[in-house]
Amino acid sequence: MSDNTALLSVRDLQKYFPIKRGLMQSTKGYVRAVDGVSFDVSPGETFGLVGESGCGKSTTGRSILRLIEPTGGQVFFGGKDIRKLGRSSMRKMRQEMQIVFQDPYGSLNPRYTIKQTLEEPLIIHGMERSSAARTKKIAELLETVGLSPSRMNRYPHEFSGGQRQRIGIARALAVNPKLIIADEPVSALDVSVQSQVLNLLDDLQKQLNLAYVFIAHDLSVVKHISDRIGVMYLGKIVELSDADDLYAEPLHPYSQALLSAVPIPDPDAKRERIILQGDLPSPANPPTGCPFHPRCKDAMDICKTVTPQWKEVRPGHHVACHLYH
Amino acid sequence: MSEITLETANGLKQTLAYPQKKMPNRFVRLLKAYPLVFVGGIMVLALIFIAVFAKQLAPYNPNYQFPNGLALSGAPLAPNHQFIMGTDDLGRDIFSRVLYGAQVSLEVGVFSSLISLFIGTTLGIVSGYFGKWVDSIIMRITDIMLAFPYILFVVALVAVLGQSVTNLFIAIGVLGWAVTARVVRGQVLSVKEFEYVQAARAMGAPTWRILFKIIFPNIGAPVIVLTTLAIGNNMLLESTLSFLGIGVAPPQASWGNMLAEGQQVFQYAPWLLYYPGLALLLAVLGFNLLGDGLRELFNPRRVR
Repeated sequence: MSDNTALLSVRDLQKYFPIKRGLMQSTKGYVRAVDGVSFDVSPGETFGLVGESGCGKSTTGRSILRLIEPTGGQVFFGGKDIRKLGRSSMRKMRQEMQIVFQDPYGSLNPRYTIKQTLEEPLIIHGMERSSAARTKKIAELLETVGLSPSRMNRYPHEFSGGQRQRIGIARALAVNPKLIIADEPVSALDVSVQSQVLNLLDDLQKQLNLAYVFIAHDLSVVKHISDRIGVMYLGKIVELSDADDLYAEPLHPYSQALLSAVPIPDPDAKRERIILQGDLPSPANPPTGCPFHPRCKDAMDICKTVTPQWKEVRPGHHVACHLYH
Repeated sequence: MSEITLETANGLKQTLAYPQKKMPNRFVRLLKAYPLVFVGGIMVLALIFIAVFAKQLAPYNPNYQFPNGLALSGAPLAPNHQFIMGTDDLGRDIFSRVLYGAQVSLEVGVFSSLISLFIGTTLGIVSGYFGKWVDSIIMRITDIMLAFPYILFVVALVAVLGQSVTNLFIAIGVLGWAVTARVVRGQVLSVKEFEYVQAARAMGAPTWRILFKIIFPNIGAPVIVLTTLAIGNNMLLESTLSFLGIGVAPPQASWGNMLAEGQQVFQYAPWLLYYPGLALLLAVLGFNLLGDGLRELFNPRRVR
C-alpha cells in the first residue's frame, strides 16, 4: 500500500481517547480525535494539514511521533512501521523526525540556557562527544536559524517570541532530521514575525531537503508554504490535493467554506462568503453518514446515512463527498 | 528627587534633567520587599548557631544537678545571676538545657524533613509522571497516610523501633511524606504538560533524564518552601512527642520534655515553662517566616 518513494506514509491512523466516568472509572465511550487518517509525504515536500480547532490536527502530528500512542493504523517512516519499533530503535528513529511546537513560551525549558537546550539532543544521541565540538555545533545551529551565537548563554525569557521559535527550530534541526512536524509553528506569533519564520522554514527546506508536515488553521499561511494540503474535519481528512488545485477549485463544501473565509487583498473583489452554521460536533458522538452533513449547505438525503467514500476525482485530487460520486 | 550635577572637562557645570535614581542592589531590594524572610532567616541562623555551639555557649553541664540549685524548701530557683533562666525541679540549669534542647530539635526537624523530602519527592514525581494505575496506587497510599492520626502513627513506630533521637526522626520522616508527595505530584502534573517536556520526549530523552533533569528543577521552588515549613512543624512534633514521653528520653534535654517536667511545678515555678516554650515558639516561628518569605520570593510575579 505504501509506495516506496514516500518518506512518511500514514495509513488509517486512529487515536481514540476513552471517556471515563463514574466511581469505577469505566469507559463510557471514545472521543475519536483521529479517525482513519491516511496520507504520504515525499522527501523535501511540505504537506499542509488544515482544519478548525479540535479537528484532530495536532493529535495527528503527535501520534505520528508517538508522543501520543496511536490506537490503530500504521505509520511508515522510510518503509518501517514505527508503531512496531522497540524502545531503542524508536530512539534512533527520533533523530529522523522532529517537532516544532506552537507555543514559543512553553516549548523551551525556562531553567535551561539556550546552549543547554540545544546541547540536550546532541548528548542524548551522542552526536558530538566533546564539549567544544558541541559548542561549535550549537553556534552553527544558531547561525542557521539566524540568531547570534554570542547569545547562547542566555535564558529563554530574554528572547522574543519569534526568536524563541527560531530556537525551537534549531533544536529540531540539531539531530539532522529528514522530517519536521510543525505544529502551528507561527500561529502564536504576530504577522510580521510569522513571515520571517515561514521564510526561514522555506530556506531550511531548500538547504537541507527537509520534509514538513505543516499543521495550521490559517489557510493563507498554509498556502504560502505547502506543496500539498489535506483538509481535516472531525478526525478525518475530507479533501487532499495539490495546494494550487485546492485553492483554485476546492471540491468539498467544507473546504469551500474555509477558503471563502480567506481575505483577498482586493477591496473591490466580490465573492460569495460561505458562513458555516453551527459548531463542530462532538467527536465523542459524531453525526451519522458524512460527519459534515449537519453544517453542509449542499447536504442531500444520502449524506445523513451513508459515509462518503474516499475518491480520486481528478489526478492527485481526492475528496470524500457524495457530490462527486 | 535630587538633582545630579556634573562638571565637564572645561569646567562647565551641567545638571541632568532627569537624574537617574540609583537602583539599590538586589539584596537591599529584597530586604525592603520581604523583611520577614530576613527576620526568619536570622532566627533560623541563630538557632543553627546555638545548636552547633551549644557545648561552647552553655555555662554548665545541662544534666548536672546543682546542690545549690534548689531552695531549702526543695523548690526550683527563680532566675538569678548564677542561673539566668533559673533551675528546674532537679536543680539543673535551665539556660544550658534550653541550648542543648535546640540541638535535639534542629536535628530531628532537619533530618526528618530530609527523609520526608526524599520519599515524598520520589513518589510524587513517579506518581505524577507515570499516572494511571501507578498514580492511583501511590495516591491511595498517600490518602491513607493523611487520614491516619499522624501522632498515633509516629508513637507506634517509635514504640517498635525503640526510643532514641535517631529513631524519632526516622519515624517522623518516614511517616510524614504524604503532603510533599501530593504537592510534588501536582507540580509534576502541570509541568509535564509543558511543551519542553514533550520536546524532550520527541528528542528521545530517556525517562530518567526527563524526570530528574527537566521536571525536577522546575518543581524545586514549592518543594523548598514546603521543606522549610516542614522543619518547623517537625520540631513542634518532636516537642509534642517528648512532652508525651515517647520522644527524647530524659535526662537528655529537649524542649518538649522540659515542658513536661515544668508542667508539674508550674504553679510555683512558672519559669520552667516560659523559657523552653519561648525557645520553641521562636524556632518554629523562624522557620515559618522563612518558609512564607521564600514562597513570596519564588513567586515569579513578584519583585524581579
